[in-house]
Amino acid sequence: MTTADRYYVPHGSHWPIVGTFGMLTLVIGLANLFNGHDWGQYLAYVGVASILFMLWGWFGDQIHESLKGLYSKQVDVSYRMGMTWFIFSEVMFFAAFFGALFYTREYAIPWLGGEGAGAWTNFVLWNGYEATWPSNGPAGIGGEFETIPAWGVPFLNTLILLTSGLTITLAHWAVKKQKQLQQVLWLAATVALGATFLYFQAHEYMEAYTELNLTLGSGIYGSTFFMLTGFHGLHVTLGTIMLIVITFRAAKGHFTPENHFAFEAVAWYWHFVDVVWLGLFIFVYVL
Amino acid sequence: MSSVAHAEGHDHKPEGFLNRWLFTTNHKDIGTLYLVFSLTMFIIGGAMAMVIRAELFMPGMQLVDPAFFNQMTTMHALIMVFGAVMPAFVGLANWMIPMMIGAPDMALPRMNNWSFWILPFAFTMLLSTLFMDGGAPAAGWTLYPPLVLQGGNSFAFAIFAVHLLGISSIMGAINIIATILNLRAPGMNLLNMPLFVWTWLITAFLLIAVMPVLAGGVTMLLTDKFFGTSFFNAAGGGDPVMYQHIFWFFGHPEVYIMILPAFGVVSEILPTFSRKPLFGYTSMVYASASIAFLSFIVWSHHMFTVGMPLGGELFFMYATMVIAVPTGVKIFNWVATMWKGAMTFETPMLFAIGFVIMFTIGGFSGLMLAIAPADFQYHDTYFVVAHFHYVLVTGAVFAIMAGVYYWLPKWTGHMYDERLGKIHFWWSTIAVNVLFFPQHFLGLAGMPRRIPDYSLQFAEFNMISSIGGFAFGLAQIFFVYIVWKTVKGGQPAEARAWEGAKGLEWTVPSPAPHHTFETPPEIKPDMIAHPSNAH
Ligand code: HEM
Ligand SMILES: [Cu+2]
Repeated sequence: MTTADRYYVPHGSHWPIVGTFGMLTLVIGLANLFNGHDWGQYLAYVGVASILFMLWGWFGDQIHESLKGLYSKQVDVSYRMGMTWFIFSEVMFFAAFFGALFYTREYAIPWLGGEGAGAWTNFVLWNGYEATWPSNGPAGIGGEFETIPAWGVPFLNTLILLTSGLTITLAHWAVKKQKQLQQVLWLAATVALGATFLYFQAHEYMEAYTELNLTLGSGIYGSTFFMLTGFHGLHVTLGTIMLIVITFRAAKGHFTPENHFAFEAVAWYWHFVDVVWLGLFIFVYVL
Repeated sequence: MSSVAHAEGHDHKPEGFLNRWLFTTNHKDIGTLYLVFSLTMFIIGGAMAMVIRAELFMPGMQLVDPAFFNQMTTMHALIMVFGAVMPAFVGLANWMIPMMIGAPDMALPRMNNWSFWILPFAFTMLLSTLFMDGGAPAAGWTLYPPLVLQGGNSFAFAIFAVHLLGISSIMGAINIIATILNLRAPGMNLLNMPLFVWTWLITAFLLIAVMPVLAGGVTMLLTDKFFGTSFFNAAGGGDPVMYQHIFWFFGHPEVYIMILPAFGVVSEILPTFSRKPLFGYTSMVYASASIAFLSFIVWSHHMFTVGMPLGGELFFMYATMVIAVPTGVKIFNWVATMWKGAMTFETPMLFAIGFVIMFTIGGFSGLMLAIAPADFQYHDTYFVVAHFHYVLVTGAVFAIMAGVYYWLPKWTGHMYDERLGKIHFWWSTIAVNVLFFPQHFLGLAGMPRRIPDYSLQFAEFNMISSIGGFAFGLAQIFFVYIVWKTVKGGQPAEARAWEGAKGLEWTVPSPAPHHTFETPPEIKPDMIAHPSNAH
């Protein structure tokens, strides 16, 4: 029986505990920072550094094992399931924020404006408030603001992400056809598109803060807008980093038509980020 | 002891304490870690419950100030839910699922280690808030705003602890799904799986679906407090009630996360000691799946009194009642399994039967609470406390204990002391009913929950309840002693520790060697746990 016939069970690893240490220092640092202790940030940096170190080492181990041929078909399936369900958990995380957006738009704001059983709330507490969207609430928290029009940069960003979905698929075909140069080029193009998206997004944020007075503190509109687009942006950033990693791996010739799970995992993730953006574009910007 | 395995030379336990436990990728060792951790948390959370019952022993303020009392109720719940019950089931899953389906280990062994080791650190952080300015979180385990936002320094730590626990649960759940779907030995098709495996598969799905939602909700709390967002602030267009929706969208599936694996454990034990196959295996699977589905559409039964539109009240009332149907299917199946069986009453069986009876009591009080107009009266009273302690203590915790007694011989290679086990069961069962049954009366008479003092008419029942509480607490110290004694020694257990036990886990030696099924076993019909369904 060769090793590949057996399900590969690694024997001991210190990476998880490094990861735990990293996460713990990160959150302890942040919590102290939030509580007004500036030194907390340094602890948080240590945490982030440890997590990066862990990812480097852990994935390094796995790449090594994969190249050594320790992973059977069955191991590959485990990884695929792992990635699929991880993405599902991410979908549910975003669902919480989309849910908040729907709830406030469909229920909370109209009730504050006096709809249904909210008539007395409106009359007694927020007399004169009319339900509208966008809104920063009856107290106008954060002051007057303007929103970012959908059909400008956000639309451009939509096109950019959709195109990046295409380029990564072309890269995938190149993997299957064993065309290494094409693979690297299409991946590099995807990275470039991701980076461009992020650049535009950062630019929009700057404009929102400096010119539109649209901030995280702009009532419920600012809250949902920045939390949704912000978490999405964070995921694009992560996705871009992952893309950069696999671009280098592609350049080293790591991916074969039979064995390129890492590539596919990143591609799935990238498509997920793409789909979330479509949801954002429709529900946050257009509607 | 492990000499059998040694003799065969297959026992590659890593050398050294750190290697063995800190860096482990072995499902059995990780299972043990989970179980030991859970027991530790059970004792710590139990100690907090003792503080609560001591304060409530008599009317008036006796021992602790109200702020500390609130910290105790909050921390007790967080610790019991996330530290005791959930990790105990994950520990059972780790130990048993690979052995039940003929897998060499969990599908993702390194991640398995990570899921576990997050927990002790996260809980150390959470517990450390007891010593901070303003003390531990005190707004209840549900962390409702605006109250929770008024907490002291502990707030951010509590939120981050919840994040970490969520990450741990999600990774654990992903691992369990991948193991069950991908690592079954050939011939162990889905409908040959033990019910414990099935219920865990469904539980894992629930976990991945709702833990991220909780993470999102508490993140909104965090940004509301520190970054000026208005999610739960009506002045800014948000709504504090929205938090309750988000929380209970997680919270209700969460209670099923704590009970579905318990259903699984009980469904393994009852057939063994009734010496009859499980009645209605397939219907059990479907019932579990329906419960899981329904658990997503009933959450607002926790919010009948917050001021929902009438349509909402009605929808959530009826949807909640519908859950009684699949739950009833299960209860009838368990009873039918025992019906005309050649029953014996070893400790696991006693706990399993205790589970069936007392969980049903909790289910009935749940149905009473599900009647929206009645809940207007019961909500936030001790009736609710009685309800969820019946389903969680005599339900989930009793099932865990049943499972521990049932599989302890497989883990340690020793039989526990049957006489002590029986004493533990009867002592716990009497005490727990003295503890929680009077709380129904207190609640119906209007005693509010989460209050350190009460008016005089509640005095007798509270005193009785507290006495039951102390007795129950003591019984669990006794449980720790029984487990310890079994680990240290005792009558050697056979591979098939119980004569009526079916299933793959009973074909490996006791104690189970460090590695089992490195190559997939061949599944023969007599290795299937619930063979009436073998096609
Ligand atoms: C027959 C099925 C069940 C029904 C119909 C039901 C119904 C309810 C209702 C209506 C409430 C809200 C009471 C109130 O706050 O006024 C409630 C609370 C609760 N239930 Fe159940 N329940 C059922 C089963 C369970 C199970 C199996 C568990 C856990 C294993 C559970 C755990 C809880 C908990 C922890 C609470 C209180 C949460 C809190 O406010 O802190 N229930 N139940
Ligand atoms: Cu519920």
